[in-house]
Amino acid sequence: MSSSQVAKNASAVRTENVTRHYPMGESLIRAVDGVSLSIEPGEFVALLGQSGSGKSTLLNLIAGLDRPTWGSVMVHGRNLANMSPEDLARYRRNDVGMVFQAFHLIPSMTITENVELPMRFAEVDREERAQRSRESLERVGLGNRLEHRPSQLSGGEQQRVSLARALANRPSLLLADEPTGNLDSRTGEDILNLIRDISLSLGMTVVIVTHERALAERFTQRFIFLADGKLVSEEVRA
Amino acid sequence: MKGYDLLELAVRNLRQSKLRNGLTTVGISVGVASLVAMLSLGVGLQQMATRRLAGSGLFDTVFVTSRQDFRGFDREDDAKAPHPEQAPVLDEPARVKITKLPNVTEVEPEIRVMGEVVSGGETHFGFVTGLPMSAGENEAFDNLKGKFFSGNDADEAILLTDFAKELNQKNPSELIGQDITLRYGERQALPQESSDRPQIAGGGNNASSVASTDDFGFSVVRKLQKLRVVGLIDAEPYGGMRTVSRGRIFLPVGTTERLNMAQFTDMRSSLRGATGKSYMTLTVRVKDPGKVAAVQDAVNQMGFRTFSVLDATKSLRRFFTVLDLFLGIFGSLALAVATLAIINTLVMAVLERRREIGVMKAIGASDQDVKKLFFTEAGAMGFFGGVLGILLGFAIGKAINFGTAIYLHRHQLPAEAVWSMPTWLVGAAIAFSVVVSLLAGLYPASRAARLDPVQTLKYE
Repeated sequence: MSSSQVAKNASAVRTENVTRHYPMGESLIRAVDGVSLSIEPGEFVALLGQSGSGKSTLLNLIAGLDRPTWGSVMVHGRNLANMSPEDLARYRRNDVGMVFQAFHLIPSMTITENVELPMRFAEVDREERAQRSRESLERVGLGNRLEHRPSQLSGGEQQRVSLARALANRPSLLLADEPTGNLDSRTGEDILNLIRDISLSLGMTVVIVTHERALAERFTQRFIFLADGKLVSEEVRA
Repeated sequence: MKGYDLLELAVRNLRQSKLRNGLTTVGISVGVASLVAMLSLGVGLQQMATRRLAGSGLFDTVFVTSRQDFRGFDREDDAKAPHPEQAPVLDEPARVKITKLPNVTEVEPEIRVMGEVVSGGETHFGFVTGLPMSAGENEAFDNLKGKFFSGNDADEAILLTDFAKELNQKNPSELIGQDITLRYGERQALPQESSDRPQIAGGGNNASSVASTDDFGFSVVRKLQKLRVVGLIDAEPYGGMRTVSRGRIFLPVGTTERLNMAQFTDMRSSLRGATGKSYMTLTVRVKDPGKVAAVQDAVNQMGFRTFSVLDATKSLRRFFTVLDLFLGIFGSLALAVATLAIINTLVMAVLERRREIGVMKAIGASDQDVKKLFFTEAGAMGFFGGVLGILLGFAIGKAINFGTAIYLHRHQLPAEAVWSMPTWLVGAAIAFSVVVSLLAGLYPASRAARLDPVQTLKYE
């Protein structure tokens, strides 16, 4: 199912009272505690908060990597909480692209192979896979490093590969968890620039988790602040 | 995920830790090799035994005896059969009847009598047996010096080399083409009312108290017969496995019949009061081994007891099934150990690749994809281990055969292949190795599939 065709007027992401509790020994960690928010298609949103505020957990819930204890996560009108594990995997594969702080590239694979990996899971044909991975890597400016391994690249370049991989299956939703956390400020800025440009040209919805408000302010208008698992404030700058 | 993608990823993953996966694969191959070597030994021994039986020319032969004469091996079968006294006699009409059965090519009696060869004033004792003409066509003889009988009625003889040496110490081969004189006992029927009974008589002597109308008998008269020696053989025909094998002087069976040689069983038939000749054993040759059972059935229907090598191979096969089972169990032990190695290797791989599994799940791999990937890795190790094991097993087998050949040669015995790897075993061993490896992969694969991506991707 191509999510962009479903219910044009639906929000790209809408959570209602979404809650995620972990048992930790005797106590209960309220990682996300009753968050309701709505993100429209094509928006670029930053989730801000101290570490431990629950912003990463919220992102994982939207990514379908985690399931809410209560509440619902609706993406393009579909409730992730009700999906089977298979459907959730398909959703992650086709509708979501993820970028991580630690890049999470597979070190034994060349960057082309890394970018091709999600397409293997999506059962994309070999030829198309090669073509699309090249396109993706060219888009992030690594068209001349196709056969390199991640260890031969700088941090910024690795994050670009990670971005190219996130774009491989042409998702409608790009989720980035501290994408600049491991990069110096200049490189971080480059990456965010790239994310913004690509999301604009492809019409993607972007949610990034960060604690660097100053950096985020240069790329986005909408900020959602979390603390102790709760949504504390929202800010939209003109 | 598509099959070839799975395979490609699996092989790539295996190559990531070459040493560990290589050692595990070698472990599997040792297991497969030991299994293959054991089973091939079983197969080889079975083939050797079967070859021996085949050399006996027994596979297309049914032995027919009267139920009157002997107890069978099969007590159960005997219990169902009519009482021996009512059983039909194996006589000339019965022989004709059997000859007319479909698929029967030859029906000859087994004749074995005592005789003496007179040579240079000395007599040499030996059993004389009649060989059917078919003995010349099949593998009855290992190596025949000279030639086979020219006809079923020819006055010719083939001698066992040992016996020939008694006649001609220096050069037994010189006997071929020469004539020898055989002294034997001829059975002569007595006229019914005869009162002139010879001293060696088979039935009449004690009949003085019985009414003379019941008198029946024959006399055994010493006779001489000239025979031309046409061939010499080193070993008994039919691998020494038949009654007629146990002789030293071999004549065409037709000649022995024509000469009316007195047999041990003649005594029995005279007591029975049968007027005609009866046979102890008829050897029925069947067109092909597949028809043996049908002919056996037909002859059984006539009321006679039959025996064929099918009966012997039945118990032989049972024995080898048990032997194969034991060899298989011992061979499997090494494979069982190898299975543990697979489980260990894959569990280690799951631990090592936690992060990678989490990433794959985050970018869209389903639990099933992850499970299949580990499964394929296990299967691939099983496959490579299987192929390697076959090669290793083959080498072991060659070594066994080589060793036995040397041993047999030292003991001046002909070489025998005691080890034989049939094609089906190659396929079966590889398939078995893959299946066992897949089973070993069950636990690690499901463990990998269950990994929580959120936990594995936590920034450490």
